[in-house]
Amino acid sequence: MADVRLKDVRKRYGAVEVIKGVDIEVEDGEFVVFVGPSGCGKSTLLRMIAGLEDISGGTLGIGGKVVNEMPPKERGVGMVFQTYAIFPHMTVRENMAFGLTIARAGKEEKARRVNEAARILQMEHLLDRRPSQLSGGQRQRVAIGRAIVREPSVFLFDEPLSNLDAALRMDMRMEIGKLHQQLKATMIYVTHDQVEAMTLADKIVVLRDGEVMQVGTPMELYHDPANLFVAGFLGAPSMNFLNVDVSDAGPDGATVSNPSLDPVRVAAVKQPVTTGSTATLGIRPQYLHPTAPEKGMLHGTVALTERLGAETIVDVAMKDGTKIIAALSEDRVLEPGTEIGLEFDTAQAHLFSERP
Amino acid sequence: MAATNPDNRGLRLVVRYAVLTLIAVIFIFPLLFMGMSSLKPDQQLLSDTSSLRAFLPVGDLSLDNYREAFARAPVGLFVFNSVLVTGATVLLSLAICSLAAFSFTFLEWKGRGVILSVILATLIIPFETIAIPLLLLVSKLPWIGLDGLEWGWLNSYRVQIIPWIADGLTIFLFVQYFKDLPRELIEAARVEGASWFQIYARVVMPLSGPVLATAAILKFLVMYNQYLWPLIVVQQESYRPVMVGLQYFFQLNIAWGEVMAYLTLITVPVLAFYLVLQRAFIASIASTGVKG
Repeated sequence: MADVRLKDVRKRYGAVEVIKGVDIEVEDGEFVVFVGPSGCGKSTLLRMIAGLEDISGGTLGIGGKVVNEMPPKERGVGMVFQTYAIFPHMTVRENMAFGLTIARAGKEEKARRVNEAARILQMEHLLDRRPSQLSGGQRQRVAIGRAIVREPSVFLFDEPLSNLDAALRMDMRMEIGKLHQQLKATMIYVTHDQVEAMTLADKIVVLRDGEVMQVGTPMELYHDPANLFVAGFLGAPSMNFLNVDVSDAGPDGATVSNPSLDPVRVAAVKQPVTTGSTATLGIRPQYLHPTAPEKGMLHGTVALTERLGAETIVDVAMKDGTKIIAALSEDRVLEPGTEIGLEFDTAQAHLFSERP
Repeated sequence: MAATNPDNRGLRLVVRYAVLTLIAVIFIFPLLFMGMSSLKPDQQLLSDTSSLRAFLPVGDLSLDNYREAFARAPVGLFVFNSVLVTGATVLLSLAICSLAAFSFTFLEWKGRGVILSVILATLIIPFETIAIPLLLLVSKLPWIGLDGLEWGWLNSYRVQIIPWIADGLTIFLFVQYFKDLPRELIEAARVEGASWFQIYARVVMPLSGPVLATAAILKFLVMYNQYLWPLIVVQQESYRPVMVGLQYFFQLNIAWGEVMAYLTLITVPVLAFYLVLQRAFIASIASTGVKG
């Protein structure tokens, strides 16, 4: 077991900097998820921790030791790849024992640890098969098994579920969660799937263009996003953003309005705003409730309704031409063209000085 | 719906078999001619060439030509020499060229791109242009053998083997194949603690069956057919390979029957080698698109 500390870690390819000074602390036994859109550098960062990419600047520490120049095999990490990367010419057993074979472990120890890992992953019956005889989910299990067998101090997962179909992905997600509880090992998990991030993580690191946008528990990030990017990235459907005019900014909040929005007092000011400036108000679709047209704080007309059974997604066209989405937790018929009012709890709204 | 019409399908099958048979015949007839002629006395052999009898086992058949061939030249020795030189070169070439390609593909070092380009550029240089410079070189190289230090490699097996081990084409074949191996396999092995050599030996080589077969066959054919190089570097009969040995049958009066007998004998190792690797070779051509 070990902690992982990144201090001002940078990665340059020639003149292009793809990781721009990242500070992350992963505590011993913690499950940390790196999340972000493609190209944000999350996989590069993971590969740098694994030792598969050089570090251009800063320091990387694993278990209290700086490992910048250390080859992968000495870092004590186990890695699971998106494409499984299991060796097609070896049986499942040989695949799982690969690391131990390389380390010249004894026959008995090898058998004991492979069997133990197979038991944890419930794949004892697959041990003598070849990878070509396995399904995608089983292959990924072998890849995880191979990592477990070596008992690494840090597990690294690089989008391990991306190649699986939706149903299997959910099963494997739960299994990985269970695995973490069982092994209590430090795990770093890269994904672009916010559901995986929200459900698995003790701590989420949101990355964008090689920079850390915010670090926190899933609920901190969801309820208290530090900036527009994090606010828009987590949650489905994404948070609505309204351009608003700030009329009365003070230490306890600010009053904002726009042609479709009656003046409301918002306490959750994420970034300082000044009276007379424009700002962005963020409201999650789940916190908008329909009401009569003359009531509510927001006024518009229904543009489209998507009925999902347990939920109804409503596109509402605002007077100024913008569009916002409301997610109602019930099955509801709203005819397109109907005038509608929306109300929300101002405590659930967030004010940002940035513009989307 | 033409494709599902049974008549049409039958016709197509007939045409396909006809074409394949024709091609097979074109390739088999020379071998057949060689084999049959090796059993006939010269006079009959020459008169048969004007008819289809040339391909048939008819007339005065005997193994006399083989007996004569063995009497005229040390056939066994030549075949042994060729098999030894070819076998050693093929094995060493597979090892050295795959290691070089591994380094070019997976290791990062300064100048590897330039060096690989230079190696590939050697593909366009015909051997004849470097034969004489190479001869001068090998004639002066040192060697530590059983008799201690000696100078010059002429008249030996090593002079037929060592200059032919590494070549651009074989390295190129391996590089192309290695590039298509999933990068994650290599990275997974690195994270699992394997050294570069362990990755080469335990991961990359076991997955390289098709390219090993292709490279082996191409190298085998080049080596078994060596003529010019052994002709100029080997004067002693004891080191001569089969193609140089063919000269023995063209001195003074040419005995065609003996020539055919000799050719039949020296074709046997080629066919045997090909049959062993045939399956892998065809698979590799089908999968890589590399033609031999």
